[in-house]
Amino acid sequence: MKRLLAFIRKEFLHIFRDPRTMIILFGMPVAQLLIFGFVISNEIRDAKIAILDKSNDQQSREIVHRLLSSGYFRIGAELETESSIEACFKANQANLVVVFEPDFGRKLERNHRASMQLIADASDPNMAEMLSNYVQGIVFEYVNDLNRTIESPTFIQASYRMIFNPALKGVYMFVPGTMALILMLISAMMTSITIAREKEMGTMEVLLVSPLNPFQILIGKLTPYFFLSLINASLILLMAYFVFGLPILGSSLLLVLVSMLFILMALSLGVLISTVAKNQEVAMFISMFALLLPTLLLSGFIFPIENMPKILQYLSILMPPKYFIIILKNLMIKGIGMSYIWKEVAILGLFLLVFMLISIRKFKIRLE
Amino acid sequence: MEKDIIRVRNLTKKFGDFVANDQLTFEVKKGEIFGFLGANGAGKTTAIRMLCGLSKPTSGEMEVAGFDAYTQTESIKKNIGYMSQKFSLYDDLTIWENIRFFGGIYGLSRSAIRDRSKEMLTRLGIVNLSNRLIRDIPPGWKQKIAFSVAILHKPQIVFLDEPTGGVDPVTRRQFWDLIYEAIDQGITVFVTTHYMDEAEYCHRLSMMVNGRIVALDSPEALKQRFGSISMNDVFVQLARTGEKSS
Repeated sequence: MKRLLAFIRKEFLHIFRDPRTMIILFGMPVAQLLIFGFVISNEIRDAKIAILDKSNDQQSREIVHRLLSSGYFRIGAELETESSIEACFKANQANLVVVFEPDFGRKLERNHRASMQLIADASDPNMAEMLSNYVQGIVFEYVNDLNRTIESPTFIQASYRMIFNPALKGVYMFVPGTMALILMLISAMMTSITIAREKEMGTMEVLLVSPLNPFQILIGKLTPYFFLSLINASLILLMAYFVFGLPILGSSLLLVLVSMLFILMALSLGVLISTVAKNQEVAMFISMFALLLPTLLLSGFIFPIENMPKILQYLSILMPPKYFIIILKNLMIKGIGMSYIWKEVAILGLFLLVFMLISIRKFKIRLE
Repeated sequence: MEKDIIRVRNLTKKFGDFVANDQLTFEVKKGEIFGFLGANGAGKTTAIRMLCGLSKPTSGEMEVAGFDAYTQTESIKKNIGYMSQKFSLYDDLTIWENIRFFGGIYGLSRSAIRDRSKEMLTRLGIVNLSNRLIRDIPPGWKQKIAFSVAILHKPQIVFLDEPTGGVDPVTRRQFWDLIYEAIDQGITVFVTTHYMDEAEYCHRLSMMVNGRIVALDSPEALKQRFGSISMNDVFVQLARTGEKSS
């Protein structure tokens, strides 16, 4: 035990003494979150909207006028028929189409109730969400103004519809995705590099000649990264919660436990990589290609898996981050518990088991 | 009374069809400097790696510090020290941190680490450098520190795999002074080298050619047998005959 502690202390020294490692460990998560967060909270200016005004009366024109004078929108197209909506999106003339029903103004005056429809191009889900929110805000304000002069309350039902990406995948995805990416990178890449470094420097031989057994060497290598990854996970969650207002609706304890499982999985993957890699460069290279790109592209982080070609969908089954992202989304945003995520947890556990078995075997073989 | 601290019988290591070590048989006596000589690729490193437990023999018997190398590797590890031709301290740690780490993984108590490091730094005359990073230390010094760290836990035997590779003759001489000091402490030294001037410093030498031990004796006896004035000459003659016979 004392031997192990001496080893772990040495690992911490390596980490804290290397500026590059420190930047990757703590600079990267913060920077990534801020970048993604910035993209999301980006203010909209001059977004293109198209108007399909089937009533063309004073009230509908007033709303359009208010939309345009808000500074957020400009007219991209004036539409005559429903059928031209899709063409308008495809020609990129508008990101949002505002449709007024026939007799909009008269219904509003007589029934105090009228409806309009917002159709957004959700291939950029964040943009779509934001645009329709802005429009609804402006319409709401108009209704408020009306209610001040009319006695009985008026109501405009603004239903909205997202096309091209109806489930609005991507909104709120950046936090679970970033977390998966960061933990994967730190845990797997850093451990594979640090083990490869011992091999490259020739110090691994000295360690293997010493009374430390291979298992202790692995534990000693992994412990610091396990704790630092946990700290990182908390950092990301705290930032998501306080800076970006992402809810954590589910159980925090479960969240921590699942994160630990994912970190362990990534750590064992790192060991696996290090048994293959002869030096730090190779370890880095493998980590980048085996971890970073698939995590970014195939885990559903950036591109919704449902929209991928079939073959990539099958490939994504092999991406551990995919399951972690699903778990995080369910836990944090939907607030549902273990009974809904046990399958994903089990799959992560299976990954952990497989990686661990292979890497322990390979690590031992290498000692021969 | 002289005791054998290493006993090797018919030790063989094959990599596929290539026989790196062919039927090695030798003993190392307690307290001696045992030299392993040979050209690059003669099989020195393969042999030392097996003795340290880094590599498994294909066949043969091997006993180190009184323990069987197949079944008692853990006991062997506690009783040996090792320093390789690749540099074996951590560049990004200070001298003191390196000492503390290696002392720690060999299970020395905190006070033992403190006492021995103080003694070691004083002996080397570098007490004031103990908080300096290894990467900022001149190469010759690094080797001396690495050797001192390798024997910090007072092993029965220390294995040195070309410890003076790439070091100038003066520093090499100083390094050997340290080896003699270790011998005075009762540590047996097993060293591989291809520098012939170093061969003269050993008590006994084994000459390796193409994976086989072709001669084993003291430097004087070897010189006498081959009628040479220098080890270099002995080595050249042996290498030639070895080549013919293989």
